[in-house]
Amino acid sequence: MTFEKLVFYILAAILVFAATRVITVRNPVHAALHLVLAFFTCAGLWLLLEAEFLAITLVLVYVGAVMVLFLFVVMMLDINLDPLREGFVRNLPVGLTVAVLMFIEMALVLRSKYFSAEAMPAPTPHAADYSNTRELGAVLYTDYVYAFEIASVILVVAIIAAIVLALRKRPGSKRQDPAEQVKVRAADRLRVIKMEAEPKD
Amino acid sequence: MNETSLLDWIITGGIILIKIVIIILPLMLSVAYLTYAERKIIGYMQVRIGPNRVGPRGWLQPIADALKLMMKEIIIPEKSNHYLFVIAPTLVIAPALAAWAVIPFSDGLVLADVDASLLYILALTSIGVYGILIAGWASNSKYAFLSTMRSAAQIVSYEIAMGFALVGVLMAAGSLNLGDIVRAQQGGILHWYWLPLLPLFVIYFISGVAETNRAPFDVAEGESEIVAGFHVEYSGMAFAVFFLAEYANMILVATLAALMFMGGWLSPFEGIPLLEPAFAWVPGLVWLLLKAAFFLLLYLWFRATFPRYRYDQIMRLGWKVFIPLTIVWLVVEGAAVVGGLGPWFD
Repeated sequence: MTFEKLVFYILAAILVFAATRVITVRNPVHAALHLVLAFFTCAGLWLLLEAEFLAITLVLVYVGAVMVLFLFVVMMLDINLDPLREGFVRNLPVGLTVAVLMFIEMALVLRSKYFSAEAMPAPTPHAADYSNTRELGAVLYTDYVYAFEIASVILVVAIIAAIVLALRKRPGSKRQDPAEQVKVRAADRLRVIKMEAEPKD
Repeated sequence: MNETSLLDWIITGGIILIKIVIIILPLMLSVAYLTYAERKIIGYMQVRIGPNRVGPRGWLQPIADALKLMMKEIIIPEKSNHYLFVIAPTLVIAPALAAWAVIPFSDGLVLADVDASLLYILALTSIGVYGILIAGWASNSKYAFLSTMRSAAQIVSYEIAMGFALVGVLMAAGSLNLGDIVRAQQGGILHWYWLPLLPLFVIYFISGVAETNRAPFDVAEGESEIVAGFHVEYSGMAFAVFFLAEYANMILVATLAALMFMGGWLSPFEGIPLLEPAFAWVPGLVWLLLKAAFFLLLYLWFRATFPRYRYDQIMRLGWKVFIPLTIVWLVVEGAAVVGGLGPWFD
């Protein structure tokens, strides 16, 4: 067994464990944290495949941004844990059907001749100065430039749509306009009144 | 598994371990003396003397502090989530230390010469927020949780501006490797990226201050409103680990600023007739440390100078000022790169 294989099996074991825990733990925060662990070990597996750019991007985007927001929301929710434990038997047939279907699909794909051990020889490792990032960039901006740009436009549309959906003006919200705050002058708010001193009785 | 390969692993692993210790030990020492420097410098700025009792001129103060923290009892709150409560400090310090693996201290003097090191740093600094999130949530305390929400939102927001600033650097250098980024700045103080990327440089450093939750962006521990932030419930060494991570992150941001915008280990006198040979004997590491020390001084200076930002103003600054500014400057820089504007982009 080579060192890579050992690392692979350790990471794979952690990944399977974490992925199982995501659906078996009761507490949603724990589930989210196990998902983070799953992403992280997955990035380790990708590193073994010499896909360092994708591995680091997985950590950066999913662990560093998506899951933080996810956790943020899950932590704020006041979830009653009891309803989550109900209905296991009732939903079991549906769940089992989906699981069996997925198992059959995966078995069909993995047993086909395209994925057999003969069709997939061990890839030759690249030289130490091979830049995965550079290669990916070159392909992304030449062969797949249209797909890439369409994807970015869709993302921009999604961002704008999300902002438009979330932006609403409620009456009574204490929204502050910094421009207004800067413009404030003492004379607008304060009136100095000259008063005669009250006569002493 | 044969015998020789096992021996090879042990030797390779041992050498890497020794290298890690060589990096981490001075780092921890710098953290200790950064706290001393902070108290002294802010003291002088406020016309006080600062710590001067322990050892000559107070030099042993950080050691005394560390000893005190180690002797203290670690209290785990009854209603907290014990497991996560204990794991949170580790999650804060691990990325803060792991990021140092790719920092080049001088030409070729780097633990792991990773091709995508800039991306690696960005990914690791974004993981640091988990420790804070988990610490606040696991403490089961209102104050800790409020602070967690604040700091998580703040870190995520400023990470975007920071990421865009780094995109500018990689556009200019044409590489994600920190060593290559420094080498691309060769040729004197005006060739360093602080000049062509001035807005990105300023935004990077301010975002760095916000990312490390330091004044004036330290609403995460606003002691006047939420007592001490996400680590209120932590005591003794568990608290000290948060503290260590915060200072290690400060040193990291300062070093990165020096590497990406101030020419890293390059001499500032390059290309100046008389001064360049006169200072040629200074090793690159010294220049890098001096530059990083300058940024650390800025950190302390900010803390002594500015009042704390209001929370909505922090968010406004991050989202509505910094992010548009960086995007505009990326366009400007793109034009400069295409036009081959000398001496940086030709």
